[in-house]
Amino acid sequence: MGDSSRPCTVWLGSETGILKGVSVSRRQALNFCHSSQLSRQHEVRTLCWADAAESELLVGGVDGTVKTFSVEKGTFTDVRQCGDPSDGSFVGLATLDGGAALVTCLGGGVLRVWRDESGEPAAEIRVGNDIARMRQNPEHRHKVATGGKENCLKVWDLEKPDKPVFTARNLRNDWLNLRQPHWVMDMAFIPGSDKVVTCTGYHQVHVYDPSTPQRRPVLEATYGEYPLTTLSLPAAGGSVVVGNTHGQIAVLDLRKGLVRGCFKGLSGGVRGLQCHASQPVVASCGLDRFLRIHSLEDRRLQHKVYLKSRLNCLLLASRPLEEAGDDCLEVKEEDDEVWDAMEQVEEGEENPKRKMSEETSVEQENSKNGILKEGENFINEITDGQEEKTPESEEREPPKKQKRRKKAKA
Amino acid sequence: MDIIEVPVTQKGKSKKKKNKIDQSKDAEQPDKMETNDVEVKEEKTEATVAFPPTFSVSEIKNKQRRHLMFMKFKQEKRKQKMELKKQRKRQAKLLGDKAPPKQVPKTIENQRVYDETTVDPEDEEVAFDEATDEFSAYFNGLTNPKVLITTSDRPRGRTVKFCRQLATVIPNAHVYYRRGLALKRIIPQCVARDFTYLIVINEDRKVPNGLVLCHLPEGPTAHFKVSSVRLRKEMKKKGKEPTEHYPEVILNNFTTRLGHSIGRMFAALFPQNPQFVGRQVATFHNQRDFIFFRFHRYIFKNEKKAGIQELGPRFTLKLRTLQKGTFDSKFGEYEWVLKRHEMDACRRKFQL
Repeated sequence: MGDSSRPCTVWLGSETGILKGVSVSRRQALNFCHSSQLSRQHEVRTLCWADAAESELLVGGVDGTVKTFSVEKGTFTDVRQCGDPSDGSFVGLATLDGGAALVTCLGGGVLRVWRDESGEPAAEIRVGNDIARMRQNPEHRHKVATGGKENCLKVWDLEKPDKPVFTARNLRNDWLNLRQPHWVMDMAFIPGSDKVVTCTGYHQVHVYDPSTPQRRPVLEATYGEYPLTTLSLPAAGGSVVVGNTHGQIAVLDLRKGLVRGCFKGLSGGVRGLQCHASQPVVASCGLDRFLRIHSLEDRRLQHKVYLKSRLNCLLLASRPLEEAGDDCLEVKEEDDEVWDAMEQVEEGEENPKRKMSEETSVEQENSKNGILKEGENFINEITDGQEEKTPESEEREPPKKQKRRKKAKA
Repeated sequence: MDIIEVPVTQKGKSKKKKNKIDQSKDAEQPDKMETNDVEVKEEKTEATVAFPPTFSVSEIKNKQRRHLMFMKFKQEKRKQKMELKKQRKRQAKLLGDKAPPKQVPKTIENQRVYDETTVDPEDEEVAFDEATDEFSAYFNGLTNPKVLITTSDRPRGRTVKFCRQLATVIPNAHVYYRRGLALKRIIPQCVARDFTYLIVINEDRKVPNGLVLCHLPEGPTAHFKVSSVRLRKEMKKKGKEPTEHYPEVILNNFTTRLGHSIGRMFAALFPQNPQFVGRQVATFHNQRDFIFFRFHRYIFKNEKKAGIQELGPRFTLKLRTLQKGTFDSKFGEYEWVLKRHEMDACRRKFQL
């Protein structure tokens, strides 16, 4: 069981309650279920690493439970009830002190710190109503930021939970002197400084700087016409990647606030977006049931994986996505043999098909009880289709050529 | 008058015509001036037709002659094609069973690029997804469809007639005049009155051109482009009016995951127990991402034959967006959006 989960470098949570692990180098997607019965109650809302070594995952479900999944063992090891579903679902999950404490935030506005497996939270903060997201500062792990609809960005220090360290102010009234509506959907801490980037439901991206006395955004940028749902900071810095509900993902420059470029391919709303910690690669998932991995430099699609349920959230491992190794080469060699065995007719067509055949064979694995069997091998199906086509197209070509020559003569 | 003969064997396929000026590259003919008076009676036996290899029909400047040459050329081609066909037939007859298999012509449908989202009937995850989605209440028999049909503001005659005919086709449908009300305010009222579907027909220049189909409790909203609307009076050989019986529903060719969702949306418009007494059937046929709607009445003439009669309106739909949640075009989350420049680039790739 652990063998299947260890090479997975991308983890996704879906609406059907299945945790999916994707191994990009092996081109496999695996399903991990907590119980044998799938249920919408277990819809996964947030994912986060339980510790710095990334050996365990914390999965937050819609029913208020936080499950621990061990990557080494490949099974769910622990379940905790952390909150009422009536308070809203999880909007943020984080760990403190190397995994000893768990910070959860619900949409209703309650932020709780849980320690030591007890049923009662160690600390509870009312963060406001209607929270859309809570994120933790990766450098100062006791600082978290929250924001939501009509709820400005607030940065809290968990050691001093009475008042937020920084509360943002709404933008100035517009040219008609009307109050501007405000809807923070996602935020991120810029490493190396205190600044926070947020994206809003009114297609704006704001940068706040708590070290300055200005509580209004330092930088404002807009993109598109639809609410921006997620954002992520690439490792290289100076830019931010945002995604909106229409399936458009763009890279914005943080120095001037201009759009650097867009990532094509998504057809549904973006729900999860993350840039890799070291490689210039960004992974995105959304309502169109696909995981896409784009390269940040040339903005091309590198991998596309079909995962049959709508995807809610995404988590990347820190190690390189494609582990160079024998697995990778073996698969490529097999493919080469298959391609060489077939007659080469139209070379132009082969390459795009090869890119599509980089996808998955999906295997469903059940962690506790029996094994739900399924093996779909898309690669085989695609090659079969090609083989049938090529002899036909060969037959067509000679008569065509003859006819052309005759036309010239006559 | 000078009578200058032009030898038959030289370049030129002429047909009861005066001298043609050949646009041939080799100026062997010194007499290019004799365009007029000479009538060259040439027989039709163009046995030695020796065109220079670089001649093409399009180089003849005279339109009539060019046309005639082209017609001849086409006839030649057709003759050759028929000969080839005959040869093939003869061979097939001779060889009998060992004949090469009949060649299947390439159509866009059989060249369709394989879509990885095609639903496998045995897939459990997809089956679970479908069993618990927004239509599960309908498919488990818990709710009966009740449809509200309305239009965009101030509809014109054709759209109004279309709405009324749609209401006869869909059982338990009510048509209401829009009166400039906002959809986001209509929706909670519909939910309170137990409606399950809201159909809004958008009109442009007196012709219906869009359809918003919103599943009510919380369901997905699909926005379609409507084209080719034919009302009942424009139908040839139409039958009597559709009766109140519940029709049967046929959904053709919805193979991908997106296609499945849309197919279920259409299926949930009609009550689940079709009344076979009424012999009426509504068909949603998907081909190349266009959904064709037809409404027929059938009758079994004998065991092998059935006759059909088309009643009711006929229209084609093309899906533009599928949005999760009820109608909210600005802030709603889209599950699928048609992006023409990305998706329509390949002629053989379809989404539904």
